[in-house]
Amino acid sequence: MVRALALSAALIAATPLFAKEGHEAVTTFTLDNGMDVVVVEDHRAPVVQHMVWYRAGSADEPIGSSGVAHFLEHLLFKGTDTMEPGELSATVAANGGNDNAFTSYDYTAYFQRVAADRLELMMRMEADRMRNIRLTENDIATERDVILEERNQRTENNPRSLFGEQMSAAQYLNHRYGVPIIGWKHEMEELDMGDALSFYQTHYAPNNAILVVTGDVDPDEVKTLADQYYGVIPANPDLPERVRSQEPPQTAERRLTYKDARVAQPYVQRSYLAPERDAGAQEKAAALYLLAELLGGGTTSYLNEKLQFDQHKVVYTGAFYRGVSLDDTTFDLIVVPAEGVSLQEAEDAMDQAVADFIAEGVNEDDLNRIKMQLRAAQTYARDNVDGIGNRYGRALTSGLTVEDVQAWPDIVQGVTGDEIIAAAREVLQPETSVTGWLMRDDEVTQ
Amino acid sequence: MKRIIATLTALIIAVPAWAEIEIEEVTSPGGITAWLVEDHSIPFTALELRFRGGTSLDDPDARGAVYLMSGLIEEGSGDMDARTYARELESLAASFSYRATDDSVSISARFLTENRDDVVDLLQTTIHDPRFDQEAIDRVKAQVISGLKSDQTDPSDIAGRHFAEMAYGDHPYASDGKGTIESVSGLTRDDIVAAYDNVFVRDRLYVGAVGDITAEELGVLLDELLVDLPATGKPIPDKAEVTIDGGVNVVDFNTPQSVALFGQNGIDRDDPDFFAAYVLNHILGGGGFESRLMQEVREKRGLTYGVATYLVPKDLASVYLGSVSSANDRIAEAVEVIRQEWARAAAEGVTQKELDDAKTYLTGAYPLRFDGNGQIAGIMVGMQMEDLPIDYIATRNDKVNAVTLEDVNRVASELLDPDGLHFTIVGKPEGLDG
Repeated sequence: MVRALALSAALIAATPLFAKEGHEAVTTFTLDNGMDVVVVEDHRAPVVQHMVWYRAGSADEPIGSSGVAHFLEHLLFKGTDTMEPGELSATVAANGGNDNAFTSYDYTAYFQRVAADRLELMMRMEADRMRNIRLTENDIATERDVILEERNQRTENNPRSLFGEQMSAAQYLNHRYGVPIIGWKHEMEELDMGDALSFYQTHYAPNNAILVVTGDVDPDEVKTLADQYYGVIPANPDLPERVRSQEPPQTAERRLTYKDARVAQPYVQRSYLAPERDAGAQEKAAALYLLAELLGGGTTSYLNEKLQFDQHKVVYTGAFYRGVSLDDTTFDLIVVPAEGVSLQEAEDAMDQAVADFIAEGVNEDDLNRIKMQLRAAQTYARDNVDGIGNRYGRALTSGLTVEDVQAWPDIVQGVTGDEIIAAAREVLQPETSVTGWLMRDDEVTQ
Repeated sequence: MKRIIATLTALIIAVPAWAEIEIEEVTSPGGITAWLVEDHSIPFTALELRFRGGTSLDDPDARGAVYLMSGLIEEGSGDMDARTYARELESLAASFSYRATDDSVSISARFLTENRDDVVDLLQTTIHDPRFDQEAIDRVKAQVISGLKSDQTDPSDIAGRHFAEMAYGDHPYASDGKGTIESVSGLTRDDIVAAYDNVFVRDRLYVGAVGDITAEELGVLLDELLVDLPATGKPIPDKAEVTIDGGVNVVDFNTPQSVALFGQNGIDRDDPDFFAAYVLNHILGGGGFESRLMQEVREKRGLTYGVATYLVPKDLASVYLGSVSSANDRIAEAVEVIRQEWARAAAEGVTQKELDDAKTYLTGAYPLRFDGNGQIAGIMVGMQMEDLPIDYIATRNDKVNAVTLEDVNRVASELLDPDGLHFTIVGKPEGLDG
């Protein structure tokens, strides 16, 4: 059992709120069957969040079964050998708790928030459904209708989501990140019992899972309970390595227009294939993270100053980098043109501003201001231990280690302006990019 | 008999133990009152300032002025233009956020202990000396109009607008507080200044603070920030007359999934039956997977991803609303099931088991809300606006537990109005006319 605190190992006092001033009270260890455990303490309120994260997401799905990871997530709320369909959620509710689950490209996670003295019951039920779900054909048919309605709600009814799907599909030539998490509709319609159970049996095992417990708990007690409920589940010796088809060199700039009568506010989005945070090597990702903040992070960001304040060409601009990802991720720019400004003008202005930013180099005052805010964010983060737990869950299902998570703030603080510019030059290459225009369907392209 | 005892024991065990939140009422030397929870475990403070009134204070010919003003407060103050101001705020690593609703305008601030005085100085000039530069007005107006354009083709927004128009007649609640593209386009700097004068006044102010600050420090802060505000402002409008007819109104919109907003008359927050109605709503459509509507519409029939109902007791009217989305060829069945459940609950009420389950959930989940300084500050301000006593948190679960099956079922028959339940449906629904 390794008690890894941010800086020092000798910090577990008897009743620490935070073991050392300014640091998160994080304890991590691994059960004998390979299940990782992260505990984040906060004793201000007698509440606990109990989560199990699986290293299995939509990008781990077999070809032709898109959406099955998310479909299975829904089906885990049906019955097990010992629980009736819906009993788990009903039991959580009867104990005054809330429960839910979510699926992404690289993970599926289940959680309950409940009074701290109910942790054992949560573990017993969550451990049960790790191996023992029982599904009927009726469960499959009904829940498939539900996920199709979920797709309707999230995607089919929303032109921005449909546009985003097309952007991702164009960005990834060979990797499953090009397929939507919820699935393509025509494949979702065909998902069956076999697809769901096969994904379940392959990926749901303690040696592919991370337990994250946050709140009013004692790490020793969590260890005892985790050994009792999760530790007895045998590891899956046949757990496959997470090998996904990777991107080939991207050599051709891609462009697309998505037209929809429901588009009221057209905009331009640009994505670049970008490296993700890698275990033991997060420096470039840290530079990209700061690049996104500097270019499009807030009111004083470079794109906002140039395009909104100086040139009045856009009503909104932003830059985004999703560094926590198992495989290659993207760096995204977005510009929403002002009234009377065409998409082409907005795109040209964006490109010119990015080129100017790279040519001018990083303004040190701007960089220091962002670093100051990130240091403060570590203090504010302690007010939300569930958020800290989520950070570990995402990282540990995306190829990072506890040490990487804890090293990240210092790595970000150490990035220089020159490194940011070098990362920008390397990543913002037309050949690896997709440029999309979201348009009304009566709009004419120039 | 044994069985009954077992059940009771289970219920008692199911009520979790939880820490008391100790709220202190603080009155500053200058006479500003606030509720405070001192907690020095993390070196920052969350401060919530809320002014009753909100977008309902708009003049009819300046709809959207309060909302636009709330977006302009952070666009420069004193001798700082918008860009200088933004740099100053970022360099202090504090955050100020602003929210305008029908009934209130809120300022939620969060700041570190280490530079609290500088942050308070900045917030003071923000509140007292906003510039409302024409450049900023034009820029933020364009942002608001861009958002309004998007709302025009968002099925949920379309449904909300049609429903409000039908329900509230000529009251401000009948239209979107953000205004319309036309009304926002016409707003002048004078309209913004008038909105500012109408909103930020002392006799409609409520304050909550949580975190690393003492009562004495808070008192000094309150006086610096708030004591010089004008005593009072434009009167709040009269209560709205709610007119919701039964039936279906279809708003034609070409999209694959129909979005339905449904509702009827509601119940006031200070009504003696409010808690019974609250428990009833939880059972019918309020609570997660276990509600009757989720079970019938989603779990049994797979007709939707989500269906939920909400009691909406606002200052000037109370309604009871719900929403559901289903593919165009399935929405008619969803509507039918919801109507049936409404009628069944009105006629038959709920069971003792449903009531017991709802109580254990509602009482157990209550403490889960108090999860963070900002959350607690917001809850305390809400309590003050609803005129609840300072010890309300400790007594709230007793009020839930005091609700009897007889209460719930009487309220179900009085409140639920299956014939008066109106559906506004946006999409291309099949088999529904309206």
